[in-house]
Amino acid sequence: MREKKPSLWLRLVSLLIYAYIYIPIIILIVFSFNTQKLNVRWEGFTLHWYEVLFNDANIGLATRNTLLIAITSTIAATIIGTMAALALQRYRFPGYTLIESALYIPVIIPEVVMGISLLAFFAFIQFSLGLLTITLSHISFNIPFVVLVVRARLHGFDKSIEEAAKDLGANEIITFWRVTLPTILPGVLSGALLAFTLSLDDYVITYFTAGPGSTTLPLRVFSMVRFTVTPEVNALSTIWIFTVFIMMLINQLLTRSNT
Amino acid sequence: MSEFAVELRDVVKIFPTPEGGEITAVNHINMQIKHGEFFSMLGPSGCGKTTTLRMIAGFEWPTSGEVRIDGHVIGRTPPYLRPVNTVFQSYALFQHMTVFQNVAFGLEMERIRKDEIKRRVGEVLEMVKLGGMEHRKPQQLSGGQQQRVALARALVKRPKVLLLDEPLGALDLKLRKEMQLELKTLQEQVGITFIYVTHDQEEALIMSDRIAVMNRGKALQIGTPVEIYERPTSQFVADFIGETNFLYGTVRFVEADKASVYVPVLDSEVIGLATAGLTVGQKAVISIRPEKIRISDKPILTKNCFSARVTLIAYIGSDTRVSVDINGQRINIWEQNKISSLDTNIYYRENQEVWITLFPENTLVLPEE
Repeated sequence: MREKKPSLWLRLVSLLIYAYIYIPIIILIVFSFNTQKLNVRWEGFTLHWYEVLFNDANIGLATRNTLLIAITSTIAATIIGTMAALALQRYRFPGYTLIESALYIPVIIPEVVMGISLLAFFAFIQFSLGLLTITLSHISFNIPFVVLVVRARLHGFDKSIEEAAKDLGANEIITFWRVTLPTILPGVLSGALLAFTLSLDDYVITYFTAGPGSTTLPLRVFSMVRFTVTPEVNALSTIWIFTVFIMMLINQLLTRSNT
Repeated sequence: MSEFAVELRDVVKIFPTPEGGEITAVNHINMQIKHGEFFSMLGPSGCGKTTTLRMIAGFEWPTSGEVRIDGHVIGRTPPYLRPVNTVFQSYALFQHMTVFQNVAFGLEMERIRKDEIKRRVGEVLEMVKLGGMEHRKPQQLSGGQQQRVALARALVKRPKVLLLDEPLGALDLKLRKEMQLELKTLQEQVGITFIYVTHDQEEALIMSDRIAVMNRGKALQIGTPVEIYERPTSQFVADFIGETNFLYGTVRFVEADKASVYVPVLDSEVIGLATAGLTVGQKAVISIRPEKIRISDKPILTKNCFSARVTLIAYIGSDTRVSVDINGQRINIWEQNKISSLDTNIYYRENQEVWITLFPENTLVLPEE
């Protein structure tokens, strides 16, 4: 196929749009290395704020909590979501459309509403708020996203490969582990990465379901910037951006390798 | 060892439809497939051939009737415990595995020793001419090569019966013709019973020892390629296999293996070979293949010989296709070009008056459907 080169005009507009998106982020990264405490004027290069960050016990605790919640909820949501996607692909039953749509509603419900509903629910069953309630909530909002991603990958899945495996002597369990799962693995990993990213930076739902001692990074950042944005927050955000960026890159590579 | 490799006794398969109805995919089928036989199930799409194959493989269970493999009633034994293997239409190769891993998969399931697996996989890949391709991934292979991997993967298990579901359907014509002969040779070499599903009648005729012609869930006729082509027992089979001319009429008399049919359009009786069960007065159809009709300037017989007018001439190299008209009834005739000549006068011309002869031994009388 012959590739057309974009016109000068189109290239210029695109450049402006990218600038519009990225300039604030670039400024944030730059000021994280600034010697001055206010994000106003560039004074000189320093790694001081990163040092402050790594010595901040509260940040350390919040990071630990965030990773714990993200990893646990990702694993749980990925397992449940993948099973749901496979079941929806394989079986047809009365009420199929209803069940299928019901699964996606959490994706479009406003986060605030979901946060409030979870808070109300935990209060109703008298479940004390903490890491566990945050994790349970993250699992719940992550499941639909995993299902969406895995189902997209299952579209066009040739079920005769499962029949072929059974035909060659594999029972249901071996067929799943050796044929079905490896085939859909890129989709499953994509779903897991999305779930992980969503959990990592969730503020709203976490805010409603957090209890004492269960502060996560997003909650911590919000409390730190209540009065002003400090370079310490800039440094934290910079690390965060790169973490998410690398994960998205991995996701892209996974998606590409399978098409 | 039982007399038959596979036996179907009065097998019925009914599927529920999404609307709550039922579809009878396979309707009281009986088949007996001998050991070492190349047996084809031939029919249009939706005739039940694939469903029948899937019931032998174990992917579907009969609604009623029984499937026997090597004399044993197979019941609801799952596919992984049956001594049969399948070559799928889509090949169904494991994309995340190499050629070697694909072929070795079935042997690993049997917990065969590593070195033994290596030896047998190597052997079977040589046999299907894929030596040296062990470490390729399926998507790096051509369609024909993928097809061979699918074949090797099933053959390496040394099944009692190999089931093939339109395995050549996705290949282009030239490759398909090559693979047809190769498959046939391979089958004779390994001596495994092949059950082959196809909708391509030429493919079935070329490869099979016996063919079951199927339509609407029924096996209409089971026989050798010659029997199926030369002595179809129904109008559907005569029509589906090869080309033929049909003339409609009423049975006037039946005597031993001969029958006479009054054909209104010819205003004459035509004598032909009777199919079993014909009765006087019954609506019948005369079937005669285009290459078996004699065309001449003068009448040859006193019966079964009719005056006609040439309407169309098509020279196609190996033969000349002549269409003639008798009172508005079109009849197609293929004349083999046995003489090599540039003189076009040896062929018939349009609007020429000719005589056509339907030799009774080449003419079949079938019940009208």
